[in-house]
Amino acid sequence: MNEQDAREAVRAALRKVAPDVDLDDVDGGARLRQDLELDSLDFLRLVEVIDTDTGVDIPERDYPAVATVDGLVGYLGSHG
Amino acid sequence: MPSLGADMDHGKIVEWLVKPGDYVRRGDLVAVVDTNKTVMDIESFQEGVVAELLVGLNQTVPVGTPVARITQTPAEVPGPKPEAPPGAAARPGAVVPTVASPAPETAGPSSTRQPPGPPPVAPPVRHLAHRLGVDTDRIHGTGRDGAITRADVEHAAAARPGPSRTAAGPPEQGQSEPGAVEPGRVRAAPRARLLAAELGVDPSALAGTGPDGAITAQDIQLTAQARQTPPAAPPPEPAAERPAPEKTGPTQTTPEPSAPEVPVPESPGGEPAAGRTAALRRAIGSLMSRSKQTIPHYYLSATLDLRPAMDWMQHVNAQRPVAARLVPSALLLKAAALAARDVPEVNGFYVDDEFRPSPAVHLGVAVALRQGGLVAPALHDADTLTLDELMAQLRDLVGRARAGRLQRAEMADPTVTVTNLGDLGVDSVFGVIYPPQVALLGLGRVQEQPWAENGMLGVRHAVTATLSADHRVSDGLRGGRYLARIGELLQAPEEL
Repeated sequence: MNEQDAREAVRAALRKVAPDVDLDDVDGGARLRQDLELDSLDFLRLVEVIDTDTGVDIPERDYPAVATVDGLVGYLGSHG
Repeated sequence: MPSLGADMDHGKIVEWLVKPGDYVRRGDLVAVVDTNKTVMDIESFQEGVVAELLVGLNQTVPVGTPVARITQTPAEVPGPKPEAPPGAAARPGAVVPTVASPAPETAGPSSTRQPPGPPPVAPPVRHLAHRLGVDTDRIHGTGRDGAITRADVEHAAAARPGPSRTAAGPPEQGQSEPGAVEPGRVRAAPRARLLAAELGVDPSALAGTGPDGAITAQDIQLTAQARQTPPAAPPPEPAAERPAPEKTGPTQTTPEPSAPEVPVPESPGGEPAAGRTAALRRAIGSLMSRSKQTIPHYYLSATLDLRPAMDWMQHVNAQRPVAARLVPSALLLKAAALAARDVPEVNGFYVDDEFRPSPAVHLGVAVALRQGGLVAPALHDADTLTLDELMAQLRDLVGRARAGRLQRAEMADPTVTVTNLGDLGVDSVFGVIYPPQVALLGLGRVQEQPWAENGMLGVRHAVTATLSADHRVSDGLRGGRYLARIGELLQAPEEL
């Protein structure tokens, strides 16, 4: 998956999980948990939505790598 | 209009889920109510046919106001039987035993005995019961496995003391004119009716002292006063007495306490749409002020070792698809629920100057709403759920809380509340107790930290758990035991 597609997938997933977050206003370095205020259930749902939509299953041990918006986009780019 | 929280005094009907002529059973959802704090479904407390909707859409009415009139099926309202004691309540639904004659106890124990679960009822028998206006949930089956037979239904119908049968519903369902078109209607002056609605008294369950047995305002006042003293307050297991359609637990269904003033655990928050934030903050503020003014809080803190729990959870999650994965909160909540069973001083309600421990653990889970504010709906019987069940219900509950679609019972039932601010990054949280509950557990962030043990220093996952508890009920020793018990349970996560 190229970065464009990966970013769009993240944007779509975030829209479902946190509709109040406007990705255009979010810095790529923004942390999903602390800055976007996703709690652990939101985060789990985000991982679930991404799995469903893109087929990329992010195992728990890789969670630290996807803690930020850019980290998640990069992860999808290299695994999708 | 039922009370959906200790500080709720008005509610607005935003959607009717039934219309006149619909047949409703106990527990069926009938309307959606906006309480300023959240939007919630309310259920019917009785069975019958919706005769009339008394409150229009988007109309705001005080708690206790009848919102709909439900009549039982016509066959159910026989003419007055001379031997029937006036005001006798066939249903235990009338919470006026102090003023009614002793008849309720003698009127037919078979009609009030509660089987532990819904007894099996064959469809033809159910049909007969419906035709005769007998609530099969209320009668004791004599058939195999407690099954209800035709004879049981006929018996229950015969044992019913006539006109008061319609009378005994809780006032929330608009029984101010029970059987208005039927013989044996309740006679009460408009002022008495108004007062009854205000005080949450069901006039139809009373023996009037006015002319021709009419109910007077004084009758209503005396009833309300009598109820407030000894037998009024709810037994310590409110969840078990409310029909909660989504619940599958083996709890019996006893009737709704009729009083709007019955204290129920509070639940601030909920879907503050534009312009509602101020009302939400006021509601939370008023409840928390009351808590701080009336509850002598004490606070404890303990750091719990989560190494076994996190190791186990990561191991389990590695073998699962995303949708079935656990989060640390699920383990912590389960341990908190189990520990509450072991330390009952933290689980229950403080009402009428005494503590009523709850046999069931309905864990209130504080849910931060993304728009601001919070709600703390209940995970029913959390101590009996498996981790997977608890996880599934937690996800469902949080989802519905954020969508503003909670059930009334979920808002009213929590016996102890957990606030999990760790997700927002704080190390520890010292919360304010939701009256009339007596304890609030706070969970901080689950994080790795240096951990010294047996002269060795290592790195482990740990969490700071705090307890805010009511000094009228417990002291630091028992409160500390509760926190320690949670830590102990987390050392064997596979047994949670």
